[in-house]
Amino acid sequence: MREYAKTTGIELDDDINRLEKKAKQLRQEIFSKLDRWQRVQLARHPQRPYTMDYINGMCSYFEELHGDRYFADDPAIIAGFGMIDEYSVILIGQQKGRDTKSKLYRNFGMPNPEGYRKALRIMELGAKFNKPVITLIDTPGAYPGLGAEERGQAEAIAYNLFAMSHLPVPIINVVIGEGASGGALGIGVGDRILMMENGWYSVISPEGCAAILWRDAANASLAAEAMKVTAEDLKELKIIDEVLKEPEGGAHYNHAEAIKAVKEAILRHLKELLKIPVERLIDQRIDKFSKMGAWIE
Amino acid sequence: MDWFKRKKESLKAADKKELPDGLWEKCENCGEIIYKKELEKKYYVCPKCDHHFRIGYEVYVSLLFDKDTFTEFNANILSADPLNFKDVKKYSDKYKATVKKTGLKEAVVTGSAKIDGREVVAALMDFRFLGGSMGSVVGEKISRAVDKALELKAPLIILSSSGGARMHEGIFSLMQMAKTSAKLARLDKAGIPYISILTNPTTGGTTASYAMLGDIHIAEPKALIGFAGPRVIKQTIGQDLPKGFQRSEFVQEHGFIDIIAHRHELKTKISKLLEFFAHKN
Repeated sequence: MREYAKTTGIELDDDINRLEKKAKQLRQEIFSKLDRWQRVQLARHPQRPYTMDYINGMCSYFEELHGDRYFADDPAIIAGFGMIDEYSVILIGQQKGRDTKSKLYRNFGMPNPEGYRKALRIMELGAKFNKPVITLIDTPGAYPGLGAEERGQAEAIAYNLFAMSHLPVPIINVVIGEGASGGALGIGVGDRILMMENGWYSVISPEGCAAILWRDAANASLAAEAMKVTAEDLKELKIIDEVLKEPEGGAHYNHAEAIKAVKEAILRHLKELLKIPVERLIDQRIDKFSKMGAWIE
Repeated sequence: MDWFKRKKESLKAADKKELPDGLWEKCENCGEIIYKKELEKKYYVCPKCDHHFRIGYEVYVSLLFDKDTFTEFNANILSADPLNFKDVKKYSDKYKATVKKTGLKEAVVTGSAKIDGREVVAALMDFRFLGGSMGSVVGEKISRAVDKALELKAPLIILSSSGGARMHEGIFSLMQMAKTSAKLARLDKAGIPYISILTNPTTGGTTASYAMLGDIHIAEPKALIGFAGPRVIKQTIGQDLPKGFQRSEFVQEHGFIDIIAHRHELKTKISKLLEFFAHKN
């Protein structure tokens, strides 16, 4: 319409504005009423920014580092050194692919044990050289494969939780998309847990939960509701520290804006965390996780 | 041509012999019919094939600890059902029914005890309570057990028997993995020994946290130990799993189990390890 108005010189501005306003209003209306299962689907939107998009968008310098020095390099996890403005940091995150080939190469963002071991190796470099750690979480789960079991998927995740709890540098975790279970938590222990508005994070995927408790994966939407998996839920349950607002329509509508929101939040928290003496930082981190849970006695 | 066909008799399920008054028990592995008193005396290990039956925490109490030395702590922590969770049933109802049925209050019992005179702090999981699933209470009780071990400077023993994290508590269950692991890291820094015993089954979030963080990993023979369940893996890779996959012997072969101990030698092994830890050069 705008093009038409330009070429013909017909005054359509009012109509365009009116329609745009209406579209915006409708979008806001739809997005304010999304149920949990719809959020899960947004978190999985194929055009959403992935870890590398955030890294490229936030960093003036990034060097990816490869391999766990024991077995292999796991393309499902990206790890490396980066500069975000004037801060030198360690960046780690699960990476999904966009087309069939890259999806397979990235194993759909499902890490193997060597991925978690690589992540920890690079985090420990961070500890050695005093670089804060930023982890970007986006995984449908740790890979449930034969080799993964043989190489100790459980041990790799467990050891990351153990070591990250005491890592002597600030750690910020950002759930940028999917946070599925131990596969997410394996790089998800830190001083601040931030989450994108349309991300989800829980102990199991809604499909997995539905398959077990309802005996039918088709009940995933019920499971998503019951498990309370959205950012808003987790803020209310005091699990996460902050919900990061996404551009209207979701992060896939405007990568630059989504990346800007994440970068701003990371820098803000980083500044705070860097002021805290390391001993206290670690104690606070352990306390933070110790408080999580709900019981009666 | 009807006479060509063999008349098919419908297959009958293997005779479920109704055993009188529960005096006898059938071995799940070899089918041997065992006198219950005999089985009890043998700590539920089949006298014929050595199959280790799954047992409750109270059997481990009598198996591992010196007589009358086990003192339970935090016995009355109960789940608060933080999500108000409901699948086909309400979690709170299921929970109450489980408490009533099993006589247990949660999937782990913690306390202090003595092993050949040496004080230990122990957490014993029990599969009967919602599949030994780890929720807020399990995480909290294990965390407090670690704190107690730190306070008493006593070795910690956690015996796992668990299908993994409890879905009914969603994210809270997941975070118990981080919580217990963080506490164990504290214990580690204090130089206090932690022995993890893995029994059938130890899978999911339990394996991916405290069960795999011991200084020593002891498994009972042929226990299922892994991250993902065999069915999920089979679905993922679309082929049959190798024989013995995810069993103690397999997991040891791949480097994650220190010792496989027969149930009858479990106490002696642990006692010797404690003696070794305590020895001063």
